[in-house]
Amino acid sequence: MIAEFGLGALWMAAALAALQLLLAGFGVAQRRDDLLAGVRPVAVAQAMLCCAAFASLIALFLRSDMSVLLVAMNSHSAKPWLYKFAGTWGNHEGSMLLWVAVMGIAGAAVALVERGLRRDTHMATLGAQAAISLGFYAFLLFASNPFARLYPAAPDGKGLNPLLQDPGLAFHPPTLYLGYVGLSVAFSFAVGALLTRRVDAHFARAMRPWVLAAWVLLTLGITAGSYWAYYELGWGGWWFWDPVENASLMPWLAATALLHSVTVLATRDALRAWTVMLAVVAFSMSMVGTFLVRSGILTSVHAFAVDPERGSFILGLLVVYIGGALALFGARVGTVREGKQFEALSRETMLVVNNLLLTVILGIVLIGTLYPLMTEAFGRKVSVGPPYFDSVAGPIALVLMLAMVVGPLVRWRRDAARAVGTRLIWPGMAAVVGFVLLAFLAWGRIGVLPFLGLAVAAAVTIGSVMPLVGRNLRRTPLFTWGMVIAHFGCAVSLAGMASDAAFTTEKLVAMRPGDQIETAGWIVRFERVMPLAGPNWVAMQGDMAVSRGEGRTVTMHPQSRFFPDPPTDTTESAILTRWNGQLYVVLGDQLEDGRWQMRIWWKPFVTLIWLGGGLIALGGALALVGRERRGWMLRWRQRRNAAEEAAA
Amino acid sequence: MKGKLLIWLPFAAFAALALLFVAGLLRPDDRLIPSKLVGKPLPDFALPAAASDRPALSSAEFAQGKPRFVNIFASWCVPCAAEAPQIAAMAQAGAPIDGIAIRDARADVDAFLKRHGNPYSRIGLDARSSVQLALGSSGVPETFLIDGQGRILHQHIGDIRADDVPELLKMWRAAQ
Repeated sequence: MIAEFGLGALWMAAALAALQLLLAGFGVAQRRDDLLAGVRPVAVAQAMLCCAAFASLIALFLRSDMSVLLVAMNSHSAKPWLYKFAGTWGNHEGSMLLWVAVMGIAGAAVALVERGLRRDTHMATLGAQAAISLGFYAFLLFASNPFARLYPAAPDGKGLNPLLQDPGLAFHPPTLYLGYVGLSVAFSFAVGALLTRRVDAHFARAMRPWVLAAWVLLTLGITAGSYWAYYELGWGGWWFWDPVENASLMPWLAATALLHSVTVLATRDALRAWTVMLAVVAFSMSMVGTFLVRSGILTSVHAFAVDPERGSFILGLLVVYIGGALALFGARVGTVREGKQFEALSRETMLVVNNLLLTVILGIVLIGTLYPLMTEAFGRKVSVGPPYFDSVAGPIALVLMLAMVVGPLVRWRRDAARAVGTRLIWPGMAAVVGFVLLAFLAWGRIGVLPFLGLAVAAAVTIGSVMPLVGRNLRRTPLFTWGMVIAHFGCAVSLAGMASDAAFTTEKLVAMRPGDQIETAGWIVRFERVMPLAGPNWVAMQGDMAVSRGEGRTVTMHPQSRFFPDPPTDTTESAILTRWNGQLYVVLGDQLEDGRWQMRIWWKPFVTLIWLGGGLIALGGALALVGRERRGWMLRWRQRRNAAEEAAA
Repeated sequence: MKGKLLIWLPFAAFAALALLFVAGLLRPDDRLIPSKLVGKPLPDFALPAAASDRPALSSAEFAQGKPRFVNIFASWCVPCAAEAPQIAAMAQAGAPIDGIAIRDARADVDAFLKRHGNPYSRIGLDARSSVQLALGSSGVPETFLIDGQGRILHQHIGDIRADDVPELLKMWRAAQ
């Protein structure tokens, strides 16, 4: 019954999305207020039905209802409840249902809380949002029904990929999806504004909080995903330039550019067409990423039954939405009045530089991700990996970081070169000191890119807090704090990446219980190895006594796990975190002579990578709260003044 | 006029991208990744029997003048169940097929064969994937065509679909 209820709710939600599109479309085109009055309630009802469908699927997974095909293929009754729950979106159909549920919620939120937009643009935005949802509903209902029954019911499920059986699954995909789909709001705003020809500072101020919120969630999702891959895969790396990772990085790059250009539009009413373009590109990148991952045209051949029909369906959606939005852009943007002009040395120019650099990096990642597809069209199979991405995107990212130091120190409208130079003295000194210090300590022992990365990180650290110098800190607006913290987070993250690349020591050894080795100042002693049973796995667990200098001895427990359903071996790395880095131990296979393979890394300051990611997201959240609070205060004052005038 | 063209540039770029995607989707899903081992002799191995009613499998069975298929499968693998009818069809057409069961247990293999049919002449049990790795195979299912001199002629990656069967049989006949 639950499955049929869920399917029914999904159909009704799809019907309401169609209704919402029709009401908004005809309402805006014919200026019919009676039609427009229906749009917001329908948007809310649609979101509720879609959430009900998603809740039904969660219930089916929690109850391990093996008469539902999706549950039987992806779950198992012996799984801990958390993974039954999170397993709901650990598969294609469930994750698409999560996608439309989030899209419905975002649409309802736009319907309920958006106050800054003109009414016709608001309605056109909701119409565009409904149009996107409708396509994804069709995709679910016709090509990926999550509620399909299995007859006869399976005795038990096939189990969930053990790599996914980790608390990370409960957090990472939903956050990322909130971010991806949150960008659909910016996309709909752009389409709405193009339809009603209202691209101006008001529009930018209305769009900014949605972009910020999506960007914060995307940042958190990527950071969490990176840490998850780092500790779960047991390869010691935190970013692999895999197409799936790039699929999340590309929307983030576009959203970061959008975040900065929307500020120019909101503050100075410049960069109108460009901002609209970026809003379209950001969500387009989310959809392209989804297509690349789901259609199987890039992933390797052993993926479970990737359906070419699904690929064609998503490609159809891409063509309609992205093609449609870009055609609308081409047809309409000529009618958008040109925004304000600005001087060559101004904050606006620096933000344009930021946008150009981000766009170039986006292009590099996109080309690198698609390159195998392009060469395959000509009959050659290649793969593009870290050597390309690191060496091409890395230097540009460093230039971007330097621009980030300069940007906030330049005034809006115009500035004097000499004044900017004076403000740059301290960050410049930091870079020089960092460079000289490193040259003394590690010249020739570390790569060029990590070397420069560390020097630039020093400059960004100082540069990021410079906007606070000479200000009354208690009167500094919250959104300025947000910018400072986010930029500081970039420095922290960069320092972590460069330090990991420059100073990691790796050791691959074969050890017998009782053996002891020394690496990077750590003494690692292999005490014993014991079998261990978990709820749905068995493992061999090593006891490793580690100590450094005079420090206390700590025991670490790396495991080599075996999951019977489906039969898979995984390694559970053991990670010991210290203030200055992480010790990362992986227990490998047993050799024929009885010794065990061990991989031991000492990664100095690697945690800064994710700490920085967290700070970047925190900065974005503060900026969001700061802007919104200012908006509330303004509205509250206006209302009070109006009330006072009325009283007088 | 120049500005006008610039405005349509993103649309043109996306159109090119979409064409690339269409090409990627339409391209016959060629699973014929040229393996480094094609043309090389089969690595030496001797595996214990994986099923209770089929003999064990070793590399010596192959260099006996007749081409044979060897199918890498596992009872826990869903695509393997999906390709079982195609394997059966190839056996019906007269092609000798041996199996290598990866990381499996005899009881499970027996149950799998009972449910999906047993077209194999011999089935070896590769409990630690060592033969699988020696063959340059990274996943299940995969199917190799071995010629009468024990050389690898062809590697088919992924499940065999109905439209792959004629092609594979043609290769097998050509090898005779």
